[in-house]
Amino acid sequence: MPDKILTKDGLDTFIQKLLTDYDLYAPVLKGADHTWSKIQDSQDVAWEFANTAKSPKKFFLPQSERLLHFTNNPDDPNGMIMHEEPGPDRPKTLLNIRPCDAKAFDVLDLVFCQDEQAPDVYWKSKRDAALLIGLACKSPCPTCFCFSVNCGPHHQEGLDILLVDLDSELLVRPLTSKGEAVSADLKKAPQEAVDKADEQKTQAEQAMTSRVDMERLQERTVLEEYDQAIWDRVHESCINCGTCTFYCPTCHCFDIQDETQDEFGHRVRNWDTCMSWLFTHHTSGHNPRGSKKDRVRQRFMHKFKYMPIKLGGAIGCVGCGRCTQKCPVNIDVCEVVNSMNE
Amino acid sequence: MKNPYLPYPVRIQRVQVATEDKSLRTFDFEFINPDDAKAFEYLPGQFAELSVPGYGEAPIGIASSPTEGDHLTFTVSKAGVVTTKLHSMVQGDTMGVRGPLGHPYPLDDMEGKNIVILAGGYAVTTLRSTMVWLLHPDNRDKYGEITFIYGARTPGMLLYKDLLEEWDARNDVNTYITIDNEVEGWDKYVGFVPQIADQVSPEPDNGVALICGPPVMIKFTQPVLDKMGWTGDQIIMSLENRMKCGIGICGRCNVGPYYVCKDGPVFTKAQLDELPKEY
Amino acid sequence: MSDITNQLRQRAKDLLAQGTVDCVIGYAKGSVPMQEKPYFATTPEEADNLVWSGFCVNNLANFLIGRSGKNAIVAQGCVSRNIIGLIKENQVQREDVYILGVHSPGMIDASKVQSHFPGRTITDVFEDGKEIVVRGMDFEERLPRKKFKRQNCFTCTHRNAVLYDEFIGQEGPQTGGGNIDNVAEPWEKLPPDQRWAEFEAAFKDCIRCYACRNVCPLCYCNICFVDENNPQWVGKSQVDADIYTFHILRAFHCTGRCTDCGACESACPVGINMRVLTKKLEKDIRDKYDYQPGLDLESVPPLSTYRADDPEIS
Repeated sequence: MPDKILTKDGLDTFIQKLLTDYDLYAPVLKGADHTWSKIQDSQDVAWEFANTAKSPKKFFLPQSERLLHFTNNPDDPNGMIMHEEPGPDRPKTLLNIRPCDAKAFDVLDLVFCQDEQAPDVYWKSKRDAALLIGLACKSPCPTCFCFSVNCGPHHQEGLDILLVDLDSELLVRPLTSKGEAVSADLKKAPQEAVDKADEQKTQAEQAMTSRVDMERLQERTVLEEYDQAIWDRVHESCINCGTCTFYCPTCHCFDIQDETQDEFGHRVRNWDTCMSWLFTHHTSGHNPRGSKKDRVRQRFMHKFKYMPIKLGGAIGCVGCGRCTQKCPVNIDVCEVVNSMNE
Repeated sequence: MKNPYLPYPVRIQRVQVATEDKSLRTFDFEFINPDDAKAFEYLPGQFAELSVPGYGEAPIGIASSPTEGDHLTFTVSKAGVVTTKLHSMVQGDTMGVRGPLGHPYPLDDMEGKNIVILAGGYAVTTLRSTMVWLLHPDNRDKYGEITFIYGARTPGMLLYKDLLEEWDARNDVNTYITIDNEVEGWDKYVGFVPQIADQVSPEPDNGVALICGPPVMIKFTQPVLDKMGWTGDQIIMSLENRMKCGIGICGRCNVGPYYVCKDGPVFTKAQLDELPKEY
Repeated sequence: MSDITNQLRQRAKDLLAQGTVDCVIGYAKGSVPMQEKPYFATTPEEADNLVWSGFCVNNLANFLIGRSGKNAIVAQGCVSRNIIGLIKENQVQREDVYILGVHSPGMIDASKVQSHFPGRTITDVFEDGKEIVVRGMDFEERLPRKKFKRQNCFTCTHRNAVLYDEFIGQEGPQTGGGNIDNVAEPWEKLPPDQRWAEFEAAFKDCIRCYACRNVCPLCYCNICFVDENNPQWVGKSQVDADIYTFHILRAFHCTGRCTDCGACESACPVGINMRVLTKKLEKDIRDKYDYQPGLDLESVPPLSTYRADDPEIS
């Protein structure tokens, strides 16, 4: 598929066309941070930003989501039968999603759609209908380390289109048939634009300062990594809140609860966190991960050891750095993983 | 595309108080839609989420064998919010069952082998399913000797007493039913399961052992098997962990890289020896 | 500041080498701007990583709870007051803590600094006397330190440690410049429905991460009321009523015990100013009971005890 070119002046036409079929969301500066917001034109769309404060995972895995409903009426025999909640109306386009966040969706597809006959229908229906237009990173920020976890500032996995910001114009690289269809009307990009984009890619990759090394960590067995002495120190300052898990684009654990009010009943799922002692607590009182050390170790082992084993090598981290930026006690994922690798 | 979170609607056919302290009840369910009954194909060792609308779900091992018909049987211990509500429900009530979930016991691999079953307390539920299945005329010939060792605290805490009598009377299965302490009128074995296992001393040659019970029973049964020369891949265990989705997605029931709900609940001891003890 | 850091490292080394303590709980240099990280030095070598600066935004007293052994702890005024509170509440034994008292410079409010550079990536911030120097991917600017202090530090009443085994550095001015009683005033002046609207606006972004609760030394219940499930007092979904219940109830549980350390606001990833609740509640405690928490080891917090002459709250 050949690269196309779009001037920033031509953005509004491009956006209007998308709005006929999609609800459009893009990063917008609100207060001090960039937030995913619904847009109707190109006016507030951000082009110079590191990343949004929160990851866009809420579009496919909302923090609270109704799965099933029932009329909470025990006198009606059919009242206690559960039915699927209706799906969303319009598909979504995420414009200017960063390559790390898009790759995170690909990783999560391996989890949510692991059973082909019975995938997670709530995730899949939103995913299949969505259009992801990514914005390549010009200058990675100090906490980014995507390049060392099978991702990168111009990474293409998970995107339908990759945009490269060339100041007054955008290189538009269609990557899927959906992306191709949406960019069909655009002019073909001149070679100099393609070259400029490649240059930007090399510069961005070289500008990355944070990295993690995982060679030894990958070679060791599960128990060898699990029994390392570092875990006694890593957990000390952790306060077991849910900040890292809620901000992380690849964290996907959730809780399912039933909620009732009068004649309404719903089965709801909410983001949950392995940092909470409740996460693994048995009704009997037994807790397999009863200590803070167990829980902190679990998070890093899950993302950097268990997921690659279970998902054919896919790492449960895309190097966005949000956990490090937001952690109230500054637990730095690069420091932890590098010490896992010692 | 099937929605894996949607339970099949079922009706309670029968409720029986299963033990003298009333902490366990056995439920028989029938599927409200006959198509669902056909879709629910299961094998011994699998479990299902019992869905009580408004309260939640509880993962419980399936006690019935598919050879017994379209209904499902579960024996449930009253422990928390969901199971307490379930214990208050009666014949005719509607609820849901989601499943079958997890991997069954490796019955194909077990063909031709001598099977030793060691069950303690109410963990015997999926082993009831296994025994009924093994002893079914279609299946019995495929397997060698079958030894069934099952212990409970008192005679009143033994589950499925009618079946235990049946199996005891058969000559194609070695049955050892035991209680903790002597009780007047009890004519079978007395002692903890590990002790009886020691007395029985099952030979490991061409054998496979299915163990299911509380951690303390497993802790003391293991040395008995070690002494006899049983290896880790001959010993099969069924694990429990806190669950929600039951399909390997919500992330909480993992033991190392593997989910008890999706990759288990059945694991060999050899597999578990390579994993963190987070269960 | 570097004098205190050097002295602190030396004393920590001595205490560890002599075996007086098993661990020195302090801060080490953080890996992100404006945030030092809580650090547990267990050897004299590790003591060299300790720092004390205007970016020490947690409350280290939190880490004493449930911690075994004898621990030294770096404590400024508010933190030392929390330690006193924990001793009175039998969560910490006095003889198990060796308090290294310090004067607080007043901590920098990272979100105030970030708001000054909306949407831009800050790479480094360091303190330079009365100014802070903020560096970004493509800029560098000097800002007056005083203007970017945390609000609670600006209205601080006890910057020097109130209880200590030894004092590191010199005692400095005890107050932060602002008047703590004025902080709750704007809220007191609002009519009820406007007050409710302000409250809703303040808490609508809460994501129930519980960072505020977990970083707070007052919150040490084995099972927090939001975690109870039989009965389940608070729903887990993102529903306004449940979000508000969590914050209001937690504020009341902290009443008469809160030292306004500001760790909750520094910890919140979405920038909620949850002190709107505690500021008002603590002012009521000051007005009605003439009590400030954590100033001595004898007095009992007013909401932990009943007196026949308790003031009627109308």
